[in-house]
Amino acid sequence: MTERSATGPSGTTVETARDFATHMFAVADAELRKLAHDPWEVLSRAIQPVLWLVLFGEVMAQVRGFAAEGQRYLDFLVPGILAQSVVFVSIFNGIAAIWERDLGVLHRYMISPAPRSALVLGKALSSSVRALTQAIVVYICATMLDVQLSFSLLHIGVVVLLIVLGAGLFSTLSLIIACIVRRRERFMAICQVLAMPIFFASNAIYSIGLMPAWLKAIASANPLTYEVDGLRAMMLANGASTFGLGVDFLALTIAFSVAVIVATRLYPRLTR
Amino acid sequence: MSTAPVVETKRLSRRFGEVAAVDDVSFSVEAGEIFGLIGPNGAGKSTLIKILTSLLPPSSGSATVAGFDVANAPKQVRKHIGYVPHTPSSDRELTGYENLLLSARLYLIPRHEREHRIEEALVMMSLRDARHRMVRDYSGGMLRRLEIAQSTLHRPTVLLMDEPTVGLDPGGRRTLWQHVRELNRTLGTTIVMTTNDMDEAEALCHRVAVLQTGKLRAVGATADLKAIFAPSGSLEDVYETITAGGSPRA
Ligand SMILES: Nc1ncnc2c1ncn2[C@@H]1O[C@H](COP(=O)(O)OP(=O)(O)O)[C@@H](O)[C@H]1O
Ligand SMILES: [Mg+2]
Repeated sequence: MTERSATGPSGTTVETARDFATHMFAVADAELRKLAHDPWEVLSRAIQPVLWLVLFGEVMAQVRGFAAEGQRYLDFLVPGILAQSVVFVSIFNGIAAIWERDLGVLHRYMISPAPRSALVLGKALSSSVRALTQAIVVYICATMLDVQLSFSLLHIGVVVLLIVLGAGLFSTLSLIIACIVRRRERFMAICQVLAMPIFFASNAIYSIGLMPAWLKAIASANPLTYEVDGLRAMMLANGASTFGLGVDFLALTIAFSVAVIVATRLYPRLTR
Repeated sequence: MSTAPVVETKRLSRRFGEVAAVDDVSFSVEAGEIFGLIGPNGAGKSTLIKILTSLLPPSSGSATVAGFDVANAPKQVRKHIGYVPHTPSSDRELTGYENLLLSARLYLIPRHEREHRIEEALVMMSLRDARHRMVRDYSGGMLRRLEIAQSTLHRPTVLLMDEPTVGLDPGGRRTLWQHVRELNRTLGTTIVMTTNDMDEAEALCHRVAVLQTGKLRAVGATADLKAIFAPSGSLEDVYETITAGGSPRA
């Protein structure tokens, strides 16, 4: 018997929500404790965005016309690079799921009475925290490169929300891919194939206005575009959104919800 | 106490393509028993245990665990069981304590009871001194005991274990047997475990079911099976007689 059903009334909405939160935080907390035991993995991932900004950003700063009118290219690039590194840390979630399945750790989660959606969301939440560590590095690096960032609390708060949502979305997509391909090598191959088009068929490194119509259509269906658009509006001192923040959040929220529903169905199959 | 069986399968089958991994198996386990599933590799032991956990759906037939149907009430089943899988499932990148904390939360053990339960489990499995060490530094025997501690923190009605002593040295095996017996005696936990080690079945199990290529060949008290199939020998002989398709020796 579980204690809960023995004491007090069970099945109330409040109780269900509290149990769900307990399950979700249990999963996220375990991930974060692992991160605390071995922070090098996530720190080493921060090297990539720094290199992009310092090498690519400084060189491309000479080229006019990539960014929106009257904007310095490096400033334009910073939110795109942060969004890219959110995607990269999120990919970890899928590879970790396969890894945990191979090690047997996934059984520990699947055998528990925790709802599968709570497990999926707990993993997503831990990816969000990992992604936030990347944001700190990008903010420090961008400040040193003299990028005009906005440090208003409201703007930073919205950036945090966008990163939590974006990392949740991309880590859950990564989990879905892992559940479908099931094997590490295949997962790596698929991600290598997908990572480039997701990045280049988006507004991350050039403005969507420069794209031919067909690419514009693809970019508009790419959730990364909305992540970047929101970040661009909120991170930069003179930032502006192309679609409007409401549209950005709506697009990301819908995509995330669909991803969670699909992952909830697929995740348990990984242990069969 | 009710007398309903704690585990019951009825004409249970599971196929993987052409292979019938579990084939028309019916048996029941009473409360408080240590019940063994024995048989050679590929007999279907792990598949059967996995069906009982609700992780693997049966192809046909039914199974109930703690009164709940594995196919229709998987969540209730998961609340009432502990599972020690074939491959250790504790996280090597966490400490023993952290693994137990994870389990305590996943099973919704109330916050004010968590520390007490974890402490109790650590003491019972002789892991208290190692609780803050990373699990990757645990010995094989410690790892299995941590698995059991994590699987029984919520006081399950049934503990399902898949070859819990595989890979342990004789000393580690004996220690684990003692812990399993103690768990069965002090908490009254019903235990269903697989093994392909006859000594283990004989030392630990009250009753055993013999499986071969998915089929149930015999089920009974270890002593009875011995008396019927190999009066002079060990359980090993019983097993050989049964799986050789032979009839009881006179
Ligand atoms: N996921 C699976 N897919 C296909 N065949 C499987 C799967 N799991 C088990 N089998 C097959 O089912 C049979 C029984 O396997 P298993 O239950 O692991 O036996 P045991 O645990 O007794 O060694 C074997 O022939 C095995 O190959
Ligand atoms: Mg097996």
